[in-house]
Amino acid sequence: MSHAVQAAAPPSVPDERIARRSPLARLLARPETGSLAGAVVIYVFFYAVAPPFRGLDALATILYASSTIGIPAVAVALLMIGGEFDLSAGVAVTSASLVASMLSFQLTMNVWVGVALALLLALGVGALNGYLVMKTGIPSFLVTLATFLMLQGLNLAITKLITGTVASPDISDMDGFGSAQKIFAAEWDVGGLSLRISVLWWLLFTAIATWTLLRTRVGNWIFAVGGAQSSARAVGVPVRRVKIGLFMTVGFLAWFTGMNLLFSFNSIQSGEGVGNEFLYIIAAVIGGCLLTGGYGSAVGAATGAFIFGMTTQGIVYAGWNPDWFKFFLGAMLLGATLLNLWVRRRTEAAR
Amino acid sequence: MSDTMTEAPLVRLTDCEKRYGTIIALTGVSLEVHAGEVTCVLGDNGAGKSTLIKVIAGMHHCDAGVYEVEGERVRFASPREALERGIATVYQDLAVVSLMPVWRNFFLGSEVRKGVGPLSRLDIRFMRETTRTELHNMGIDLRDVDQPIGTLSGGERQCVAIARAVYFGAKVLILDEPTAALGVKQAGVVLRYIMRAKERGLGVVFITHNPHHAYPVGDRFLILNRGRPLGDFARDEITRERLTALMAGGEELEQLSHELEGAAATDTALGRVAEEFEHEVAELSIRKTPPEPPA
Repeated sequence: MSHAVQAAAPPSVPDERIARRSPLARLLARPETGSLAGAVVIYVFFYAVAPPFRGLDALATILYASSTIGIPAVAVALLMIGGEFDLSAGVAVTSASLVASMLSFQLTMNVWVGVALALLLALGVGALNGYLVMKTGIPSFLVTLATFLMLQGLNLAITKLITGTVASPDISDMDGFGSAQKIFAAEWDVGGLSLRISVLWWLLFTAIATWTLLRTRVGNWIFAVGGAQSSARAVGVPVRRVKIGLFMTVGFLAWFTGMNLLFSFNSIQSGEGVGNEFLYIIAAVIGGCLLTGGYGSAVGAATGAFIFGMTTQGIVYAGWNPDWFKFFLGAMLLGATLLNLWVRRRTEAAR
Repeated sequence: MSDTMTEAPLVRLTDCEKRYGTIIALTGVSLEVHAGEVTCVLGDNGAGKSTLIKVIAGMHHCDAGVYEVEGERVRFASPREALERGIATVYQDLAVVSLMPVWRNFFLGSEVRKGVGPLSRLDIRFMRETTRTELHNMGIDLRDVDQPIGTLSGGERQCVAIARAVYFGAKVLILDEPTAALGVKQAGVVLRYIMRAKERGLGVVFITHNPHHAYPVGDRFLILNRGRPLGDFARDEITRERLTALMAGGEELEQLSHELEGAAATDTALGRVAEEFEHEVAELSIRKTPPEPPA
């Protein structure tokens, strides 16, 4: 045991062992790489087999379909990186739009009032989910399964109670509809292409989530609470606040998606949204999020949603029976999961 | 080191007693930690080592006795408060997130940021460089601070956790069995960092059940047995052999040896075990000369 403390050599001197990690290896280690490669393969595939798929108008349609899954999937991905699930996200979208439309309609108020109250409700459901999970320690899978069922029941029962039907009333002639539609569901004609604003929102939310994850303190905390909750707590990360915040983010983007649907279609079916929560989770997992938390990316979730959009539309453009869609979705999920498993084994075991 | 002895010790525990319900986990335990010294706490399983850590780290209070930090009587409400007074604990699970890069782990919970308002962001370059430099100063030669900390060896991870505590201003470092799960070579690496921390003027509390790890680095040795102090020795008052014997409960060992011999009369397989055991006990009491202390 030598007493001599070595003088600090300049740390910039490269270690000869660093060189082995090539830029390619670094790229492969990123969570979204697998899904990006998958997206390219699927794009090329449909480009080859389905001529209508090649047009820009088809791309615009695909992007819109992707955005309706992609917006909530961004929040779901953040939540999964934080180590939790939210099964209530799919019906929460419908709940938000039902609340916004029916409140405005029944009280004959400006639709913005309903929109604001729906936001409060969506954030409240998120906060409740998060609070219950953190307070009781019950897995979020169970807690949000319960809220999922309760919301689904409320959606159907209250809509029937108020309107006597299974759909919310048409609110397209109400005050504030025009301005709300401009924000949530605008559609522009760009050189003959129909471009939807939700695509831009999707890209913006993905960018914000990516910045937050990789460049902010909160992002660091999200990875930490998902990767090792007790360790995070031990070094002073406010675990409860981070997780409740993540559940509320899911609530926020579910609300946003709900508003997009409401102001696109003017009226909402109360039974909608069931099953979509799995699409969000699938998009996040295809995008490289680990089910166990602590690993994943928002860009990956966006790519996962894009793969989803391409496949749904591509099957139609190729003239195939859409019954095959779920099979493809399942196969992709399995492939993505195997890839993720392989990546994690490499990451955790490599010396 | 003599000048530090005249000052109030960084941590002083006097006649500490801690009960969990009717179970007395610690009683009559006193401990001093001085700057630039390593105080080893030795004991077998159930000796009260973990309870002692929890008291010093601020997780528990003494039911009786006095706890002073730098001469001032304290009663910590949480480990956070102890940390603010410079008492940092590195637990066995190390509090690291294995999928996160080394530098993110190093600054986790104390991230350095630049910019204001919504543009406030991590100062990644600073944190990367600092992690590299700090680890280098502790003598850790890391391939790449961007690799997930889970890819480091157990010893390296332990060292990152120690370096982190040192960087964030720890005056007293409590190490909970840092060498327990490590191989010989890796344990040696960790012991070297304990010496580094000591040379930097930190007070170290080194908890272990291995006298061979404790003896080379320790300045003081507190031996616990079933919640009671079995002895408190300065380094020049005790040999490695005596330490080992005390630690294992030397008399109990000899008793066990005799019992084995008795049983061996009827069982030849046991006879070989008894023989080896006797040999070991004998060796413990024969080798009296202390080994060369580390410079």
